[in-house]
Amino acid sequence: MSILGTRVHRVEDPAFLTKGGTYTDDLTDERLAGALHLTLVRSPIAHATITSIDTSAAKQAPGVVAVLTAADCDLEPVLVFDRANKKMVRPYLATDRVRFVGEPVAAVLTEHPYQGEDAAELVDVDYDPLPAVVDVEAALNGEVLLFPEAGTNVATAKGSADPGAGFFADCEVVVTKQILNQRVAPAPLETRAAAAAWDDGRYTVFCSNQNAQGTRDDLAERLGVDVADVHVILPDVGGGFGAKIGADPEYVLVAWLARRLGRPVRWSESRSENMTGLVHGRAQHQTITIGGDRDGTVKAYQLKIVGEAGAYPAFGAALPNLTGMMARGTYDIARKHSSYVSVVTNTTPTGAYRGAGRPEATQAIERAMDLFARAIGMDPADVRRKNFIAPEQFPYEITDEISYDTGEYAKALDLALRSAGYEQLRAEQARRRERGDTKLLGIGLSSYVEITAGGGASENGSVEVHPDGTVTVLTGSSPHGQGHATAWAMLAHEQLGIPMEKITVRHGDTDQIPEGAGTMGSRSLQTGGIAVHKAAGELVELAKQRAADLLEADVADLVVDKDVAAITVAGVPSARKITFAELAAQEQLRVHTEWDAGKATFPFGAHVAVVEVDAETGKAAVQRIWAVDDAGPVLNPLLFDGQRHGGIAQGIAQAMLEEVTYDEDGQPLAASFADYGIPSAAELPSFDLVGMETPTDANPLGYKGIGEAGTIGSCPAVQNAVIDAVAHLGVDHIDMPLTPVRVWTAIQQAAGGAK
Amino acid sequence: MKVEINVNGTATTADVEPRTLLVHYLRDNLGLKATNIGCDTTSCGACTVLLDGESVKSCTVLAAQADGLSVTTMEGLSDDGTLSHPVTAAFRQEHGLQCGFCTPGMVMAAVSLIEENPDLTEADVRSGLEGNLCRCTGYHNIVRAVLVAAGKDPDA
Ligand code: FES
Ligand code: FES
Repeated sequence: MSILGTRVHRVEDPAFLTKGGTYTDDLTDERLAGALHLTLVRSPIAHATITSIDTSAAKQAPGVVAVLTAADCDLEPVLVFDRANKKMVRPYLATDRVRFVGEPVAAVLTEHPYQGEDAAELVDVDYDPLPAVVDVEAALNGEVLLFPEAGTNVATAKGSADPGAGFFADCEVVVTKQILNQRVAPAPLETRAAAAAWDDGRYTVFCSNQNAQGTRDDLAERLGVDVADVHVILPDVGGGFGAKIGADPEYVLVAWLARRLGRPVRWSESRSENMTGLVHGRAQHQTITIGGDRDGTVKAYQLKIVGEAGAYPAFGAALPNLTGMMARGTYDIARKHSSYVSVVTNTTPTGAYRGAGRPEATQAIERAMDLFARAIGMDPADVRRKNFIAPEQFPYEITDEISYDTGEYAKALDLALRSAGYEQLRAEQARRRERGDTKLLGIGLSSYVEITAGGGASENGSVEVHPDGTVTVLTGSSPHGQGHATAWAMLAHEQLGIPMEKITVRHGDTDQIPEGAGTMGSRSLQTGGIAVHKAAGELVELAKQRAADLLEADVADLVVDKDVAAITVAGVPSARKITFAELAAQEQLRVHTEWDAGKATFPFGAHVAVVEVDAETGKAAVQRIWAVDDAGPVLNPLLFDGQRHGGIAQGIAQAMLEEVTYDEDGQPLAASFADYGIPSAAELPSFDLVGMETPTDANPLGYKGIGEAGTIGSCPAVQNAVIDAVAHLGVDHIDMPLTPVRVWTAIQQAAGGAK
Repeated sequence: MKVEINVNGTATTADVEPRTLLVHYLRDNLGLKATNIGCDTTSCGACTVLLDGESVKSCTVLAAQADGLSVTTMEGLSDDGTLSHPVTAAFRQEHGLQCGFCTPGMVMAAVSLIEENPDLTEADVRSGLEGNLCRCTGYHNIVRAVLVAAGKDPDA
């Protein structure tokens, strides 16, 4: 029986559940012996010029070995996102100006971390405040510039905001709305940490990260050394969600300090530091306009985005482009237009966060569909069905180069609706409304398609069988909770028959695995997994070639006897068998291979959320959510469903709870876990997962990515559900997060407007 | 100052600064690194351990306050490095962990929750774990694992 598709428990777990994971801050590696601890002095002001920094008192404090500022630092400021305005470069320690609360200003190095906390207090920085640019309108009008030398606050932009005359001309109904996809904090439970040593002309850097090789390349470039002179090692990583991609400025600084001071340096940020120092996600101000006919046909859709890049453009400045590309969602809309401007403001830089660009596209089109349905008085499910891209339209071109691969959008929605009992839910909703129940029921739908492995569909993998019968798999992916050690071992086991417990998967060490693109964008299984599948297949072929002579048979007649992990002759039960281990004893038995699908894949699905809203208090609670997430065949349902659960929770969290806000001076109002509400178990329901599998043609096993799908599907379904609950009161939109105050206010305003 | 704390059944002692937190004592003085630190506002529960059998957030307890008491961390649930404890076994069986960072605290909170109330419902588990945050699992499988460890049918 094939192991593929079966529920296999994780090989990672015994270590995690006995001694615990070994994260960067847990390392006792001898290369870090005698390490200094870095404490960063961070700006408490959003926008100011620095007039002076006095480090003399700090230098006298107990345990202090060094205090450094920009004046001591010869690292070139970096253009973090290389397609942003070239003047918007970021120094590693602030030079003459700070641009967000949390920006590093000085580095304090001590023998013990507690001493660093004390000494950091003694660094005396004189700030001359400048007006802070917080909202995007102020950024766009450009009265105050973050980078005067740039002459603008615009970091990136594309397309005209005007779709042209006649774009909506033939539409019977046109609806437009400004909506906010609010700024949220990725909040991986492990904050960032790095540790570095410089020895014999070479850097060794341990860090909490999603891509060892990319980070090595970034570090080499930013430190001004050869790639060969940087060795990156990723220990266990306590969650990333897109926010731990690439070499963060702090990581570069840690490495640079290790060389400069001639001693290893360690850094582990506090949660409060993490809330302003790590990139934020989303932060798109959108204008959606949808037009069509009363029979439900959508003819034209426009999405206008103003994105927040934060103080220094990072990957967040690139994401509105992806949102624009995915704007049409699952619908065959005759005319689609998108445009964006991404601006700098005096806030934390933005970057990737679970879904990165696609949740923003889905939220917009799914809100638009509901608004359109409401305007023409049609059921939101029917409007969606009327406009779906039909199965026979695939591959469905969305740009000159990119097409949706496979999809069954109507089938997914119908399955979700059937599972939820849509008709009964609508009937219950009507009953409650009729009897004037204050506990209102809301039913929200979402249909989604997203792009996975969009950043590149190639990856490498190696499989080696050792003479003792064990196997080492090397992968360019960088798992941080996804379970690749289990999944990749299943793929190798499937072809070799060697027991799972004899297969070790290694990742995240650039000396062992020089190439790799890491784990992000739901890419790993369809790239790194397929590379392992391919390598194992090639290893079988190599073993057959070598066994042919020994077995005195034709290569074509040889097969793998998986029960004993050996090569034997097909259809001859008495034939000799030669095991992979025996072949490895004669000559190294190893295959390294590269897999490139050459294209991205497009998972899709539909979610139905049911919420209860208290009409008197505005308090909304998610009661149930049914999720159809189709990412092709499932390798391991345990891992697949785990990804969906986590994703769904983060989508619900954005819809209901989470938001990073700033006051007008650029002070963050949610800068710790005490005032930023990532949900606990008490705030979430269990989830109803419904299976559906439509393979892609992009790889031999038909796999697409599942890491982000849950987030992309659940968030709009929940927002739509809450609005649906109060729709009959005259409410047509409420921005996220759907807190009691917002829902209550929307109800009051609608009532006032109706009078 | 000198503290003496029984940790996972072993007597330990060290000279520490008065402000040393219990979590740092465990991690830095004893090298027991399972217990993690996820926040600085007593919000996340990653640092949860048992102090004389009661679950506490070890980032809010001074080592000095634990002087003379006994502490159990996740490392102390098994003396042979296997998942012999019903809670850790159930976490694996139900896939109650992904990145593993919340896990040691979550496991200890679960141990204490089951101890206090062997007749747990899903709602009890959800409210009982309110002080322990997980960013990866959406809690679905953590809740199942705790129910299984308590001898309940998570599908009931
Ligand atoms: S580290 Fe103790 S509650 Fe977060
Ligand atoms: S498993 Fe990652 S935080 Fe819980």
